[in-house]
Amino acid sequence: MTAAAAAEPAQPVAQPLVHAVNVTKSFHHNEVLKGIDLDVDRGQVVCLLGPSGSGKTTFLRCINQLESIDGGRIWVDGDLMGYADRDGKLYRLKNKEIAAQRREIGMVFQRFNLFPHMTAIGNVAEAPIQVRGESKKTARARAQELLDRVGLGDRCTSYPAQLSGGQQQRVAIARALAMQPKLMLFDEPTSALDPELVGEVLAVMRELAEDGMTMIVVTHEMEFAREVADTVVFMDAGVVVESGRPADVLGNPQHQRTKTFLTRLRSEHEHP
Amino acid sequence: MSTDTDIRPAASDADRPGAIKAVPVRHPGRWVAIAIIAVLVAMLVHLLVTNKAFDWDFVFQAMNQKPVINGFLKGTLLVTALSMVVGVVGGVILAVMRLSDNPILSGVAWVFTWFFRSIPRYILLFTMGTLGILFQQGISFGVPFDWKIIDWLGLSGDWRFYTLDANQLFTGLVAGVIGLGLSEAAYMAEIARAGILSVDKGQAEAAQALGMSSGKVMRRVVLPQAMRVIVPPTGNETIAMLKDTSLLLAVPVLGELFYQLQSIGSTYYKTFPIAVAATLYYLAATSVLMVGQYFLERHFGRGFGTQAPRAARPAGAGGA
Repeated sequence: MTAAAAAEPAQPVAQPLVHAVNVTKSFHHNEVLKGIDLDVDRGQVVCLLGPSGSGKTTFLRCINQLESIDGGRIWVDGDLMGYADRDGKLYRLKNKEIAAQRREIGMVFQRFNLFPHMTAIGNVAEAPIQVRGESKKTARARAQELLDRVGLGDRCTSYPAQLSGGQQQRVAIARALAMQPKLMLFDEPTSALDPELVGEVLAVMRELAEDGMTMIVVTHEMEFAREVADTVVFMDAGVVVESGRPADVLGNPQHQRTKTFLTRLRSEHEHP
Repeated sequence: MSTDTDIRPAASDADRPGAIKAVPVRHPGRWVAIAIIAVLVAMLVHLLVTNKAFDWDFVFQAMNQKPVINGFLKGTLLVTALSMVVGVVGGVILAVMRLSDNPILSGVAWVFTWFFRSIPRYILLFTMGTLGILFQQGISFGVPFDWKIIDWLGLSGDWRFYTLDANQLFTGLVAGVIGLGLSEAAYMAEIARAGILSVDKGQAEAAQALGMSSGKVMRRVVLPQAMRVIVPPTGNETIAMLKDTSLLLAVPVLGELFYQLQSIGSTYYKTFPIAVAATLYYLAATSVLMVGQYFLERHFGRGFGTQAPRAARPAGAGGA
């Protein structure tokens, strides 16, 4: 490593799957992310917690370039996201190249965002056919397997509007998995669901974690974070306040802001 | 928790009110309306059947003439179809250009829309018919400004591969289709733009997150959903276009339906039956189009219930 490169935030040799350094992002002079560092190892599940407006969702969207970042660097599996680094000079990637980077990252949205004009199986098979050029037959066979896996094998021909929220979100997870991603991003996947439908989605995510998928989950589900996450990251006002094992961060928070947040969340949980 | 209180009590309880058998609200006004309308319809039928001015035999004879049928098939139906193809394809392209990040494309689309929406169709078609005068040498495909470059290089000859005779191009149906198609594209551009903007931003994001290129996002995800909004006004536009083909006379297209009917009318001094004949043709064609529109709307409405809340609510299916 040259001296010039050392000054730059550089990719370490033993790479974590996701390596984010000093990520900043502003919307109209409003700084939403103020220097986020995050490492996620392969097979790890990281839960991002924090009050709304803390920048969790923005950070998640920065990882797969749905938002571009203003400062810092994000590497996913050794690839610098959104830019090519040639001799220390950054070149913005073309839309096509950014699209190629996104292929390896699955994303699940709060509002599901299923394609309403396609059936469940059509939703899942769409990207393999259109993006990876798989044959319809192979893609649909795999889509069927994935729908079986999320417990919706019998709802293949249903349109999203004919499915409950929980079912739609499970289809959305299957759709993301169809591209065989190495990383899954979940943006508050259960926040838009009726309480009795939350469990079925979390169960699928839990299974996914057990199968060794690397996951970054923005959530308010403390139970899930406690049981499934390897690392819990608490964010507030655009910075990481503290992070660590769930038992430590949730059970014995060090910072006042974390304590306040957890107390409020618990009281809401007990007296909704 | 309210679930316990929702449980229905046993129905056996004798005091409890059962199924409702009530006297329905009466609607005497409807019967009055039916009576009035029945009388009016009877008067209309009487007029249609007995009034000599209709001259039904002549109407059907005129409708059955070869040039008239040709005028309907080519001048009306064919021109409508071709102009709408030019209009819809052009309109969608213009809308995508208008919404693109590229300021040049967006500006060009705006100028096109501004220009062609500003000109009345009748005048546009008239202009199209005379446009040949601009290109006395014909319209050539080849290197632009080739004569200048050839002059400058001290060469001779030309660098043109193919030349069209403009006076032939800008006559008749072709000029009509170009004029109506371009004008339609300007209106369709606004309709398509509204359709594209009506699609939830999350849809494009979900498609992008799957690694689709922006072209694929548009073609596979955004446009099919935009069609749901685009199709009804497009049906409207098609019906308007069908009727605007009668403006083809401005080009002039002499094979056009109404011109042919009129020439029969003026030969036999029968003006009114000709108007009736034209009306019948346009009524028939519009009715067929409306049926077509119904099926198109059904096709592009798939996946959207009539109540169509996009997410969350289970539509009868229930939970897991």
